[in-house]
Amino acid sequence: MRVALFVTCLVDTLFPRAGIATVKVLERAGCEVEFPADQTCCGQMHRNTGASVEAARLARRLPDVFAGYDVIVTPSASCAATVRETTDLGVFELSEFLVRELGVEDVGASFPHRVTYHPTCHSLRALRVGDAPLRLLRAVRGLELVELPEARECCGFGGTFAIKNADVSLAMLDDKLRCVRETGAAVCTAADCSCLMHIGGGLRRAGDYVRTLHLAEILAS
Amino acid sequence: MKVGDPQLRRNLRAATRGIRQKRNAVVAEVEDWEELRVAGEAIKRDAMGRLDVLLEQLEDAVTRAGGKVHWARDAVEANAVIGDLVAGHDAREVVKVKSLTTDEIELNQALERRGITAIETDLAELIVQLSDDWPSHILVPAIHRNRSEIRDVFARELGLEGLSDDPEELTDAARRHLRQAFLRARVGVSGANFGIAETGTVGVVESEGNGRMCTTLPPVLITVMGIEKVLPAWRDLEVFLQLLPRSSTGERMNPYTSLWTGVSEDDGPGEFHLVLLDNGRTRVLADEVGRDALHCIRCSACLNVCPVYERVGGHAYGSIYPGPIGAILTPQLRGIPGDADELPWASSLCGACADVCPVKIDIPRLLVHLRSRVGGSDPALRLMGWAMAGRRRFEAAQLGRVPGMRTGIGMGAWTKGRDLPPPPRETFRQWWRRTRG
Repeated sequence: MRVALFVTCLVDTLFPRAGIATVKVLERAGCEVEFPADQTCCGQMHRNTGASVEAARLARRLPDVFAGYDVIVTPSASCAATVRETTDLGVFELSEFLVRELGVEDVGASFPHRVTYHPTCHSLRALRVGDAPLRLLRAVRGLELVELPEARECCGFGGTFAIKNADVSLAMLDDKLRCVRETGAAVCTAADCSCLMHIGGGLRRAGDYVRTLHLAEILAS
Repeated sequence: MKVGDPQLRRNLRAATRGIRQKRNAVVAEVEDWEELRVAGEAIKRDAMGRLDVLLEQLEDAVTRAGGKVHWARDAVEANAVIGDLVAGHDAREVVKVKSLTTDEIELNQALERRGITAIETDLAELIVQLSDDWPSHILVPAIHRNRSEIRDVFARELGLEGLSDDPEELTDAARRHLRQAFLRARVGVSGANFGIAETGTVGVVESEGNGRMCTTLPPVLITVMGIEKVLPAWRDLEVFLQLLPRSSTGERMNPYTSLWTGVSEDDGPGEFHLVLLDNGRTRVLADEVGRDALHCIRCSACLNVCPVYERVGGHAYGSIYPGPIGAILTPQLRGIPGDADELPWASSLCGACADVCPVKIDIPRLLVHLRSRVGGSDPALRLMGWAMAGRRRFEAAQLGRVPGMRTGIGMGAWTKGRDLPPPPRETFRQWWRRTRG
């Protein structure tokens, strides 16, 4: 199957390894991956902050950027939700694409570590990917999956909320980090690099040994 | 917004999680819960679409049943009407059912200025009133108080020196205090959960029975109802009397549902006044997206799941409507631009509120809509929007070659408690070009 990768501005700029891993996982699942280079940003940040003029301008670019592709796959649940809300494009978050569209759960990965999964709000409540990420993780060889306490609670990222209401955001992060630590996991994973940047930033600040990895990075290993 | 102190956060966390679990359990046992929500939304949408007609129908029906309807454009008008009615009966005090709408118009304070004492008869409202405080939760107004604080307030204000902090003893003290007030009062004041246009019936749901006392014992009853509380038909209650208690207190049915239609000769108050309050509601109605906030039935389920509410507490929202519903309702009621313009940003857009709303208000969508109405853009966002709107500009920005972009986006607030990720050796597109290009 020929798919266009929408890598997202955040992954492209700051977390290229998640993008590279997404390409590998898709190719391993038999997809022919293309990267339309005119892509930039879906406008989520502007849209959610109320900068509607800028958001509309970015959303308007998308149909041209992805013209000719029936299937677009992205390693971000929140960007997938934004593209779905603002365009008619056939966009899927990576885990829902693999499990629901391709019917693949075992991508042949091996990751012999203790892992906990944080269901990001937009994967949970905007896209409703359900247990697709968990199905993929359970099929990874050697991986010990530990349930995250209070998993459905928001980590406190929320885009510009993390900056505009930094104190509240950090109070939410504190509780998320406490839950992550309780699992004794070596790695916390999720379907959004934005939330992982927030959680990982908190862990690094605290000098914690727990690492954050995007779901694709585990599936590509 | 300011994060509450650790004690407040612990209180809120324990209380909201307790209600949340009860709510989830009683919602799970209703097979057609989703259909009920759809029906609730549809009835509200229909009612808001023909509010003018329904309100006149309600006025006719109430009048036919022996009640009198008063129209109040704002808080000042409503308070004047109520104050005149109470003064006209030479009453110096009124007993009140817990009512957000009367708190919204600050009725108690307005009455006090005319020498009239308003006595709150809901236990938690009484606690709040005696402490000269302000409710911090729609359903549990004194959620921010623990029982030793309540003991102190009762001991001081009711003159009960040896009172313990045993909940039963505290409730008993309140009950003794209130019984006298119920028997003395000549005027009762209530809000309304519903007003039925078809029959002229007005209703209040509550837990303690104090509402039943206020609406039946005093010879005069004054009800203040926001105009959005009108329902077209009697049978609509079937939907809302299922949605409301399960969503709010986590009960299958609330202990007291009082419904009255005008006046009856030998039963209840002989005089009934219904004050229909606008106070910004028609302004909300004028916004085709924002008007969904008027569908709210004040259950407070959204507060109980909101991670922001849990950390900042109800007072942080600066209005009687806290939490997610307050963040979309208050700015609209007060007018944009106005003093509540920051409220739509009091959310991480996690969406937990929309999932539990019994009338399916898409709160995150309204938050984003209101952010856009208030105007969320600033120079840094505009610059970023410009840089991202073209491939070459974007690629330059990725490599730090668009001046002003890094400093403009609030990195100071970010690094307050979070490290930035280490910069990668190459961007994704550089990798793609290098390996696939």
